[in-house]
This record gives sequence, C-alpha cells and structure tokens, in this order.
Amino acid sequence: MGKQDRDFKAVGTRPLRPDGVEKVTGRAKFGADLSAPGMLVGRFLRSPHAHARIRSIDTSKAAALPGVKAVVTGDSFDITKVSSGNHDTLANVMARDKALYEGHAVAAIAAISVSIARKALKLIEVDYEVLPHVTDVDEAMAADAPLLHENMFTANLTPKPTKPSNIANFYEFGHGDIEAGFAKADVIIERSFKTAATHQGYIEPHACLANMTQDGQGELWCCTQGHFMVRNVCADLMGMEISKLRVTASEIGGGFGGKTTVFIDPVALMLSKLAGKPVKIVMSREEVFKASGPTSSTSMRIKIGATNDGRLTACEGEFNYQGGAYADSPVQFGAMSAFACYDLEHVKTVGYDVAANRPKNVAYRAPGAPMAAFAVESVMAEMADRLGLDQLEFRLKNAATEGTRSSYGPTYNSVGLTETIKAAQSHDHYSAPLGANQGRGIASGFWFNFGGQTAVSLNVQEDGTVNVTVGTPDIGGSRASMGLMVAEELGIEYDNIRCIIADTSSLGYNDVTDGSRTTFSSGLALINAAKDAKAKMCARAARIWDIPAEAVEWKDGCVQPAGANAGEFEPMSFAEIAANADNTGGPIAGHHEINASGAGVSFGTHMVDVEVDPDTGYVKILRYTVVQDAGKAVHPAYVEGQYQGGAVQGIGWALNEEYIYGEDGRLQNAGFLDYRMPVASDLPMIDTVIVEVPNPGHPYGVRGVGETSIVPPMAAIANAVSQAAGVRMTELPMSPPRVLKAMDDAKGG
Amino acid sequence: MTQTHVSTTINGDKVEYLCETDETLLDVLRDTLSLTGSKEGCGSGDCGACSVMLDGRLVCACLVLGVEAQDRKIETIEGMASGDELHPLQQKFLEHAALQCGICTPGFLVAAKALLDENPDPTETEVRYWLAGNLCRCTGYDKIIRAVMDAATEMRGQA
Repeated sequence: MGKQDRDFKAVGTRPLRPDGVEKVTGRAKFGADLSAPGMLVGRFLRSPHAHARIRSIDTSKAAALPGVKAVVTGDSFDITKVSSGNHDTLANVMARDKALYEGHAVAAIAAISVSIARKALKLIEVDYEVLPHVTDVDEAMAADAPLLHENMFTANLTPKPTKPSNIANFYEFGHGDIEAGFAKADVIIERSFKTAATHQGYIEPHACLANMTQDGQGELWCCTQGHFMVRNVCADLMGMEISKLRVTASEIGGGFGGKTTVFIDPVALMLSKLAGKPVKIVMSREEVFKASGPTSSTSMRIKIGATNDGRLTACEGEFNYQGGAYADSPVQFGAMSAFACYDLEHVKTVGYDVAANRPKNVAYRAPGAPMAAFAVESVMAEMADRLGLDQLEFRLKNAATEGTRSSYGPTYNSVGLTETIKAAQSHDHYSAPLGANQGRGIASGFWFNFGGQTAVSLNVQEDGTVNVTVGTPDIGGSRASMGLMVAEELGIEYDNIRCIIADTSSLGYNDVTDGSRTTFSSGLALINAAKDAKAKMCARAARIWDIPAEAVEWKDGCVQPAGANAGEFEPMSFAEIAANADNTGGPIAGHHEINASGAGVSFGTHMVDVEVDPDTGYVKILRYTVVQDAGKAVHPAYVEGQYQGGAVQGIGWALNEEYIYGEDGRLQNAGFLDYRMPVASDLPMIDTVIVEVPNPGHPYGVRGVGETSIVPPMAAIANAVSQAAGVRMTELPMSPPRVLKAMDDAKGG
Repeated sequence: MTQTHVSTTINGDKVEYLCETDETLLDVLRDTLSLTGSKEGCGSGDCGACSVMLDGRLVCACLVLGVEAQDRKIETIEGMASGDELHPLQQKFLEHAALQCGICTPGFLVAAKALLDENPDPTETEVRYWLAGNLCRCTGYDKIIRAVMDAATEMRGQA
C-alpha cells in the first residue's frame, strides 16, 4: 500500500545491528558501566517533604567526616551567571529556597566509598519549614490552592492575571466557529476524563561519570538522549565555556523522552570540580521515580458534535495537565494533537499547564498526545456507537487527508491516516469473533515528528569501507538504519559501513534524540554526506582520467564517463577510488550540517481485544494489532519493534501504571513492584502492519516511527473495556478496582 | 567498614575478593570485578536485569550478598558465549531484533538459558511466565519471546 516507484536495495532489509554482539555479551558500556582511577562516589540528600521552605542547610559535620571530599548545595552554583532559560533546571537539579516535591535534591556528597557517602548524608542538617502541598491537577488549579511559585502568572491570558497561580501557561488552537458547528450537529456528546501520571520506565537509571580538572576543563560520560544538550546545559550551569566540556554518550538503556534533560550531571561535575577527582553518580530506582521526569496527570473535557450520517460538525477540548514543580507539562502538544486525525471545519482546544508538588515533567514518548487521544477517541467511539456506524467507517469518513487544514494550524501534505484505517479494515483481526465478557476497541492517533539540528560525518577508508559518525544516541537500533541508508546511497555493502555515536567535540551540534527524529534527520544528513563524498569521488576519478569533473557520473556504486564524448574509461569502483585517495588529493570524506525540516507527520490505527473478569475487574489483553504509517521502513524489524514497544507502554498506562500519592504528598509506589509495568505474561504477541505512504520531506520517504505507537493504545483499550464491561471508562488506569467499581455503579444505576 | 575475604567460582574461574558485608553480589560483580554485563535496574529484585546463576539456580544478583558467594558457583552473561562463538540464544536475539536499547538483554539471556536448560521445549505461555521476572520497556516482549522459542527449536535440533 502506498508503495514508492523507487526500488531499494539496502533500505527495507533486515540485517543484524552493528552494535548487537556487544549488547548480547554484556560488553556494551552503559551509563553506570564506566569507572575511572581514583573515582569518588556521589550521593544525594533529598527532601522528605512535598513542599517546604529551606531555612538553612548545615553541611559542616558531613564535610568533616573522613573520606568525604566534596559537598554541594544550591549555593554551590552561581545562578547569576546562568542563563534565565536554565534557572528552573538549576533549581530542580539542586533546590535553592524551597523543596517543591518529595525527592527534590537539597545537597550532594562525594566520598571515597558508598558507606561513607551514606553516613555523610545523615550528618547534613536541613531546617525545613513544611508548607501546604498540592498534587492533584484540579486541586492545583483552584483559587485557594497552595502556591508553588509566588511569581507564576499565567502566560498568554488576556487580560493578564493580577494574581499569581499554579497555572503557568494557557494555550488555544483551532479554527472556524465552534458554536455554529455544534448548532449543525444532530448528536452532541460531552464527557470528562482523568489520567494518572506515568513514568517512562526505562530500565537503566540515570548515571554519569564526571571528571573536572584543575584547569577548568571537563569530561562527562553519561546516559542521555542528547549529549550536546547535556554539554550546553551543564556548561551554562557550571559557568564554563562550551568547548571546554566534552560529553560522551554511553549506550543508553532506554529513554522514551525521560533522558532529554539533566538531573545528576551538573552536580557530578560540581562535586568533581570541588574534589579535584572523578565522581560517579548512579541514581537508585526510587530516585528515578521520585526525582526524574515523569509525565503529566491530566483532567480533560471533550465535546464532539456530528450529523446523523456521521460527519463531524464541531470538536472542542479542554486540557488541564499537571506539569510537576515547574509546570513543564506537554499540554501544548496535547491540545495541538487532540483532533489532528480529523478533517474539521470547526475545532477549538484550550490547554492549561499546571504546577503541582510533583517531579518536574520531562517528555514521555509523543509527549501530551496519548492522554488527549484517550479522551478524544473515547468520545469518537461512543459517537460511532450512538450513530450506529462502524468504528472504522466513522473515522474514515472524517479522516484528515492531503490538503486538510489540521486542527493545530498547518495544512497536511501527503499523510497516511486513511491508509492505516483501510489496512485495519482488511485485517482479519477486525472481523474475528468475540466471546462473552470480551470487547474490541479501535483508536487512531497522530504525532508531529521532528527534524532539528543535525551534523554528521562520513569517512571513506582506503580499503573501500566507510565509517559514519553521528551525534544522535542510538536507543533502539538506529546505527543499523544509518548503515542501511548509507549503503543505499553509496551502493556499497551494509557490512562495509560502521556507524558510531561521536562525542560532543567531534561534530557540530546535534539536537537530542527525540521527536522520532533520528532516523529521519541523521539519515537525511548522512544521505547528503554520502552525496558529498560521491561528488568528491567523481572528481578524483576525473582527475585520474584527466577529464573534467562534469564529464563523470556516479552509477551503481561506480564512477564512469558521463557519455561517449567524455572518453573511454573502464568504470572505477568505490573501492578503487578509495584505494587511490592518497594519490588523488588525500582522504575522502563527506559532511553535512542541517537544521532539518519536513519530518512528515505520522498516523496510526490500533485494534485491541480484551476480556474483563466480571468478578474482579481484571482486564486481559487478548489480541493487539498496530497499523502505522512509516513513510518508508528503513529497517522493518526495528520499525515493528517501535510499534510493539509503544503499544505495550500504552497498555501499561491504560491498565496499571500510576503515580500514587498519599495525603502527605509522598509517592507511595516508587519501585517496580508497585509501579506495575507490563511483563511478558501479561501480553499476547503484538501484531504489526507497516503502511508506507512516503514522506515528501525525505529522499527515501522516511517518517519518524518512534512515538505515534503510544498515542492510540489507551483509547483503544478503554473502548474495548467499555464494550466488554458495558460501561464507559473515563479514568486511567483501568485497574481492577476501578473497573469493578464502574461495573458495580452501572448496575446500581 | 571491615571487609570480608570471599573465594568463589565465576564463569568457571576461581576468584577471590574483599567486600563489605552489606555489599550485594551485584555490587561485587560490577564494581569490584568489573563484570558490568549484569545490570542494576532496580536493586530490589523486580526487574531481572542482574539475573545470574548461583549454583545452577536463577537469582537476582542484587538480592544476594557478596559474602554469600563463598564456595559457590556463579555464572554471568560474560560466560555465556564460548570463545568467538555466541550461544544460540544470543544469536537469535540478534536475528529477531529482540533488543532495542539492550540494557535488559543480559538478564533476559541468562534467564532464558536457565529456562531452556530446564525445559528445552517450552510453550509460548511457559516462556512468558518464566520471563515474567524480567522487565523490558522497549520491545513489548514479542520479539524476545520469538527469539527464545526459535533458539529452543535450534538447540533441540543440535542435541
């Protein structure tokens, strides 16, 4: 479906990843796997309170303990020299006047052993004035809510608020006349929804090894989705010149957006600077839950109007996202993406970004979109049922296509939503029979995808092999995709290409691996770098043949005379030209630097069958199918992996995962036993269908594939559970007690 | 803190080390012996990333003390391949793209090998329940289960 005319040789095949053997033998070096001679261990002291003023911190006893080499508090950093855009990051890394959530760092120690560091932490005396706290999004928005920041006035509101609140930002998107649209509707459905905060749940805790030397230079090894970002932020917080800090990205044990900022890195650098020795910090799992960056809990209201024949007349949404201590919720993306699947004349969304006494939010895979899709696609399913229409037909009838003005502004070029819905219709899953207490749910979803700043390098070696250097950490097999695209462009074997992730001193700035941008942007840049190398190799052949450079051309991995007039020469292979590099002008390399645009939006449609246990409310996932547009699947096995992984994270979000807070504002389930992520025995195989509607913004048609897959699952599962349980589920997670209560309430009513 | 002397066997080699009494076997493997293939994802036995074999039994190294390894036999991911040849499970994980980030992979491989040593012909359900103590956040488990089933088939063919 949607195939391109072009025949690919390398792209679309499934070779082994170049970094695979290191990873199956335990030799790959992740964040916590590196040590340095003379290394100290760093440990944090964290606030036990959800909200407290820090009256004073006395570290003198800790500093005096033998074996303690450095102590850091908020005062160790000179905020006056830090750019204003990083003030919240600095205050989050190390609390300054107030601790804003349980787990907020207040001090850190570097010592010669873990046991001494632990003992030292107990000697730090912090005088807290405990303040009233708020963790729920609706309560945080109330006029009388405890205030986190006295200087927080809602931005983008007219008139400008005169009183501070916990609402940091207001957003509004849409077009048309929403009231006129609802006036045309035969049926209007309006519902409210709530979702719990969830964590990305990467298995590797944050870890780093910092090494500052006495001349003010530094090196940092860390697990991150973006080491250039880490370098720039850390240099700013440390008051260093950017070029004096070299950051190397370790192998990264999952990120899903959660490793797109810094938590421990600046503190490790500061401890190392003060101690004059390398310092390693590894977060515990409890610290990851309490003090890294989960995503929002939300409260949403959706109103949809449609005609009896199934055409949407108006869509409206209000999205309130709890964004943690500094109001960093992705509500803007939620409000933008909510109705992005549909071709709408009248649409309006508003979003409120709300601060609460919880960890500072960081991105989580398609940030903001899954919650919004849960609400919107739940109402869409209810509307289809109300109108007596087939779920997929109803969506098809309203699907955004090329030329549709999106709900967030831009007009779509070539997009693949219709193709995913049609592929779902023809999949045997859609017509398979269901048993008692079972339900089938459908949902579609959207993600923007991203391009961004990218710099790559490609070096041709004298034996005709190629080294490729990118600056985007490989989280899920992207080195293999890079190799395939270079093999395609150069016409050489995949096995002759080796891709590495370079440190920050070796390439120009690269944006973080996020927004599903890596295969798109680094791939785009590498294709251009390969073209650059090919042009140089053509010139080398022309030089050998002593004919003008314009008189040669690249064909099938060889250089040949462009026509009969150019002269008669045997084509020179890639390897031959590479072997002659030293005689023809020296090393051959290709480069490309770009701020990539044209990432190409992505759509997916999911189908899921569930069975609800009427006695316990337990939901079993029976069958799951992901259909998604990849534009062009460079390495289909890893594309499938992204589809499957996103779907299963969505299953966890839908059924089990939630941040549970006590009355005291403390997190009650900061561990994998109680923060229940899906395990193998919870799940069936996850079926995938790769749709390929080429992205016009990429030479091979590639679209990002990493994020869209987590957008539809919660809605699809909620629709399935609602059908099976006979009652509309409007709150996540749909844990057994919640499903049982909904069924009991429905019976009672 | 006073350190205790421990003599043990790791991947067939006699090993001696000193450790503090509150250090876990995982701490010793990673920090003292530089065997960093076993990963710490939770430190509470919930994620299985530190799975090792202790006297032929699958355990989480984070739940065993370093001093408990005295006179025991430990097998880790570092001992799984023989020379330049990968174990069939390792090869199948690569062929099935059963890893994305790779942090959970050593634990899954050690746990899967323990399964196949005990049950060379497991059903999909048996594989899923055996591996329920290993968390993977990237793959949704689909390709991991397929890799283990495929490796089992191949290993039965070789036996």
